[in-house]
Amino acid sequence: MPLQNHLKKVLVIGSGPIVIGQAAEFDYSGTQAVKSLIEEGVEVVLVNSNPATIMTDRETAHKVYIEPLTTEFLLKIIHKEKPDGLLPTLGGQTALNLAVKLEEGGHLKRLGVQLLGCRVDTIQKAEDRKLFKELMQEIGEPVPESRIVTTVAEALEFAERIGYPLIVRPAYTLGGTGGGIARNQEELFTTTTSGLSASPIQQCLIERSIAGFKEIEYEVIRDSKDNCIIVCNMENIDPVGVHTGDSIVVAPSQTLSDKEYQLLRSSALKIIRALKIEGGCNVQYALDPDSFQYYVIEVNPRVSRSSALASKATGYPIAKIAAKIALGLTLDEILNPITKKTFACFEPALDYVVTKIPRWPFDKFVGANRRLGTQMKATGEVMALGRTIEESLLKAVRSLEVGLHHLELPEWRQRTRNELLEKIARQDDERLFVVAEALRHGIGPEELFELTRIDRFFLAKIQNIIAMERRLEASGRGPQVLRDAKRLGFADVTIAAIWKCEEADVRRLRKEHKIVPVFKMVDTCAGEFESSTPYYYSTYEAQDEVLESPKKKVVVLGSGPIRIGQGIEFDYATVHAITAIRDLGFEAIVINNNPETVSTDFNISDRLYFEPLTVEDVFNVVERENPIGVIVQFGGQTAINLAEPLAQLGVRILGTSTDDIDRAEDRKRFEELLRGLEIAQPLGITVTSVNEAVEKSAHLGFPVIVRPSYVLGGRAMEIVYDEFELKDYMRRAVQVNPEHPVLIDRYMIGREMEVDAISDGETVFIPGIMEHIEKAGVHSGDSIAVYPPQTVSAAILKQLAETTISITKALNIKGLINLQFVIYNDEVFVLEVNPRSSRTVPFLSKVTGVPMAKIATRAILGESLRSQGFSDGVHPIGDSVAVKAPVFSFAKLSDVEIALGPEMKSTGEVMGKDRVFEKALHKAFVAAGVVIPDSGTILATINDKDKEEAVRLFKRFYQVGFDFLATEGTARVLKAANIPVRTVARIGQGEDDIIKEIKSGRVALVINTISKGKNVESDGFKMRRIAVERGLLCLTSLDTTEALLRTIERNTYSMDAL
Amino acid sequence: MKHIKLILETGEEYLGESIGHDLEHVFSLGELVFNTSMTGYQEILSDPSYCDQVVVMTYPLIGNYGVNKDDFESLTPALKGLVVRECPMHGSNWRNEYSLREFLARFKIPGIAGIDTRELTKKIRDRGVMKAALVPQDYPVRNLSEVFARPLGTDQIARVSTKNPIHFPGEGKRIILMDFGYKKNILRSLLRRNSDVVVVPWNATVDLIESYRPDGVVMSNGPGNPKDVPEVLPVIKHLQTRYPMFSICMGHQLFALANGADTEKLKFGHRGGNHPVKDLRLGKVFMSSQNHGYAVTTASVANTELEVTQININDRTIEGLKHRTLPAFSVQYHPEACPGPEDTAWLFDDFLKTIRN
Repeated sequence: MPLQNHLKKVLVIGSGPIVIGQAAEFDYSGTQAVKSLIEEGVEVVLVNSNPATIMTDRETAHKVYIEPLTTEFLLKIIHKEKPDGLLPTLGGQTALNLAVKLEEGGHLKRLGVQLLGCRVDTIQKAEDRKLFKELMQEIGEPVPESRIVTTVAEALEFAERIGYPLIVRPAYTLGGTGGGIARNQEELFTTTTSGLSASPIQQCLIERSIAGFKEIEYEVIRDSKDNCIIVCNMENIDPVGVHTGDSIVVAPSQTLSDKEYQLLRSSALKIIRALKIEGGCNVQYALDPDSFQYYVIEVNPRVSRSSALASKATGYPIAKIAAKIALGLTLDEILNPITKKTFACFEPALDYVVTKIPRWPFDKFVGANRRLGTQMKATGEVMALGRTIEESLLKAVRSLEVGLHHLELPEWRQRTRNELLEKIARQDDERLFVVAEALRHGIGPEELFELTRIDRFFLAKIQNIIAMERRLEASGRGPQVLRDAKRLGFADVTIAAIWKCEEADVRRLRKEHKIVPVFKMVDTCAGEFESSTPYYYSTYEAQDEVLESPKKKVVVLGSGPIRIGQGIEFDYATVHAITAIRDLGFEAIVINNNPETVSTDFNISDRLYFEPLTVEDVFNVVERENPIGVIVQFGGQTAINLAEPLAQLGVRILGTSTDDIDRAEDRKRFEELLRGLEIAQPLGITVTSVNEAVEKSAHLGFPVIVRPSYVLGGRAMEIVYDEFELKDYMRRAVQVNPEHPVLIDRYMIGREMEVDAISDGETVFIPGIMEHIEKAGVHSGDSIAVYPPQTVSAAILKQLAETTISITKALNIKGLINLQFVIYNDEVFVLEVNPRSSRTVPFLSKVTGVPMAKIATRAILGESLRSQGFSDGVHPIGDSVAVKAPVFSFAKLSDVEIALGPEMKSTGEVMGKDRVFEKALHKAFVAAGVVIPDSGTILATINDKDKEEAVRLFKRFYQVGFDFLATEGTARVLKAANIPVRTVARIGQGEDDIIKEIKSGRVALVINTISKGKNVESDGFKMRRIAVERGLLCLTSLDTTEALLRTIERNTYSMDAL
Repeated sequence: MKHIKLILETGEEYLGESIGHDLEHVFSLGELVFNTSMTGYQEILSDPSYCDQVVVMTYPLIGNYGVNKDDFESLTPALKGLVVRECPMHGSNWRNEYSLREFLARFKIPGIAGIDTRELTKKIRDRGVMKAALVPQDYPVRNLSEVFARPLGTDQIARVSTKNPIHFPGEGKRIILMDFGYKKNILRSLLRRNSDVVVVPWNATVDLIESYRPDGVVMSNGPGNPKDVPEVLPVIKHLQTRYPMFSICMGHQLFALANGADTEKLKFGHRGGNHPVKDLRLGKVFMSSQNHGYAVTTASVANTELEVTQININDRTIEGLKHRTLPAFSVQYHPEACPGPEDTAWLFDDFLKTIRN
């Protein structure tokens, strides 16, 4: 079918901020979709609240709106733009939900906007448990039998009918609290009893347990002519029971015979046809490992994280094709974009194995519950390709950047058999690693299979890896065993550790015997057709397929998996760098391992290498491609950390030199630099014992910020207010000795400022200066940032600019630099300098219109800033105000402290922009998902230090119509200030304690500032967690509170008597 | 670990691990072809259409789920060798009976692992199919040049076809399945639809066939060049005027030849489970399972009573034909799947419906 010609203008909805479960994959799918629509001559209007995305670049679509993703704002955009169609299937659940709301409100019909890619009844059928079950029954597809019960008797009755094991899922509890598996009547009785009492509505879902079944996914595409294809199927190494987003996944399926493969394939086609989806869809199955019995677990009627993975795994760009289908094109009319010779209507054939491993935030959230289950906890993922499972798996492991290069967990090497088995049974994020340790301990695969239900096939592969370790150990250095180990995916550094030699020795031996990797193409067709798309992965095979090119090449290192502290912002800069390199006539080569992102779209760069970001893997690509140099400053800390070792191997690092990077990052050298420039920074010391800490801190003056170089089990970084707290922290959280010094800095409570600058080594251009709402002490990534600054004097801004310029020049920066300052008593102090692209680059690029990463790349490649039209100084500010607000995923991570502090906790960000500060702020809050109350009850419990300031704020809250509930101390202060307040008991100290109040639903907002360092105040922690889990806004910073208050005040009428 | 060598007609040699039959002193010669299916090696290995071929699997891990008793497409594999990147010692699947290695040994098929199968695939793609031999590691290679110079045999169909008619009783219509090397699932597809099936040898006479009083005729897949069995053409010509006829793969090529069209050898054929076939009448595309080295030429159909019903959307080759006036139609691919997608199983229903009408 040809294009639907009346679709001249289409509105595409993005997925909003990055949260756990909805991440960069939707920037990739959205960007692809927009490009795909534009290719067909459609005018595209895009809306998304997330400024860190490529999709919200002005060049991506004809019109880009960075606005909150709510029906209110969407309707305004639709009113203004009058699109013919609305495409919501590429913006995750967020976009889909919005489409449903718009349709159900009758808005789309009224405004004459056609919903593209899916129908609302499809969405409902896929999402609503009951409708879904009915549809599956109608078309004869099995779903696990289930029943909603409100009494134990009902549960027992259901069990009578379908048997055991059963899963008890209490309604509305986070992470299934109170539920569990029941294997017999007795267990069902106790579990249902506890489940019913845990559920706020005394309701449980009793479902047939399919835990331990194989979890298999199919990615399906259908067009308007009912042509359907499978792009890819995937097998989770972790059986059913672990969320697929938290599972280690391989593609294609490995342990399914053709019968099973086709059984599920046919089912998937049947389902997408029944749902009448026009576009992409993901179907998840549970397959009995001992029969042909299967169950449909879930259907996503849209592109998803899995479809991004499948696109990268196969080279078949699902979102791109789905967008064209939404316009009415059919699969047999669309060319396969990778071969450009065949059509999109076929099923990719892989001739390699793909492994995905999730990246979890437990390195940041040390206290979090690491057990994996139905609630996804990973923030990102890595993908690796190899010609065997072992190679693919080991490449994925070293892509994770968790300090491991191999499938091992050294700290578990010495544990007892029972400890290992217990840890494995706990089903946490380290399970596969511990399984490997268990095999090393001689625990048999059969026992591990019984415990984990991980297919014996995969266990045998892990055992192959261990057998190779033993062979390496036994045979000593030699070319044959080395070749075999490399073919199995072993890293040089792993082999070196076994041989007790240096990595360089292994490399030398490899080179001597010509044991070098070749690079193979990902071509969707297993070599059947010729392909010219340079999308490569390394492997140790015979034939190399890298296409030669006479052009000069530049390598850009990506930033690896998305994690807290290193998010999509770095992919944004990477993509811009690539574009700039290509614009300058070079060939841009990208090396990265994150399947979710735009940078790993093979259409973005000239050559894509899907590889781990380790010295060895990057060096292999460099040796093969012989580029003029490698750019490391856009790939976050991942890439920066590779600069020095790569340089030592003779690789030319383009941009700021490795020595200058070191001068910025090495504490001592940086202090010297600042001293030389006569620039102030908070006083800091390095101590190697508790006594020394106490002694020297007295000179610094409290409060101080303490950070260990080696973390034990506590939070890494803390602010302590007195000697007592310091002693406590030193004993509790860190191991301090001459090898593991602790860094102590004076903590200056002041306004925090952030600056990004670009330099070519001569000129320093500052696109903008940002002001943080929260005072220093809250990690800059968790602060609300405002551009341009609202409260800072011109003199200070001038000083910030001057300081930035002088530091940048002194560091000989070529490219980007990020600086953080604190203003204390009207003086500027330098907090931190990062000689690289930063989190704020996309935000600032967007609000200023200065394409920072592109300009920086041009500067790096020799085009001076002057010739690009820039000179020393700050870019003039425009007439609008932009606010960047952090977004957190606390509700997904049980047992995580939500109070803000010096360690970053947010997973994403949003932007609010308007002509007035308060409006911009309001938009940012709304975009971040904050439900701003305009009245109601505030539950307050305030730390002594903050009470004075809090009272001032509470007076204003009272003015606009809020009531107060407070714990005793806080209540006393409020009463003293003539603010009416009801005192509420601390946890367990009265009939109606704070927990009960929160649960009652009468509280609109929780304000709780915490006292750090002292014995972990478990009451406050509990209260904050319960608030978050109930979806209540809980503020832990008075600065954020004040910002929120300003937006409320602006929207409220004053009520003053005459 | 035992070694074995793969030697191509063009001279290249590959040393790898022997995973199948121990050749001792002899070689195993065949036409080197590749298959892109990611699952279904058991069906492929037991498909008689691979007679006299050495099969390269493009998917690197072959043997993962072992071999079971149900998924055979014939009782005895007819291929000359298997080339893979890796073959595990054991299969893992609930139906697994024995490993692929054991299967190869049992049926005396040599196999080689550790090969850069992608390199090999690209060679076949670029140069076309060629002869190749699996030989013991120390086999004197020069002896092979003479072997390579000789053409491969032309009697594959006769070798794989049944020698005697076999009756599979059913309650429905009686179907004659002409066996050029049929895959079991063609039979199963008919039986599942309650047909009463008589499998007859490839060279069955009209008299023999008519003696069964059939309601319809199915012509099966099979190995080799359709032009090697010209004696079948008159039989087809006669049968198509008397009975509804459904022809698959080799059967399709013979059906075309019998009606005056021509066939040609493809450079490297179609072998895999992802080939898009467009039905020109429905305007829809189906994924198909394919295994053929020859195809009916498009130009040759013009002056015949045949009509093109389906084409391959990648290379536009003919995938389906039907007779303009007679109830006879054919497809180049495998609607019986096994391995591969089940998208076109409805053709069996269509055929049986034709018979009922």
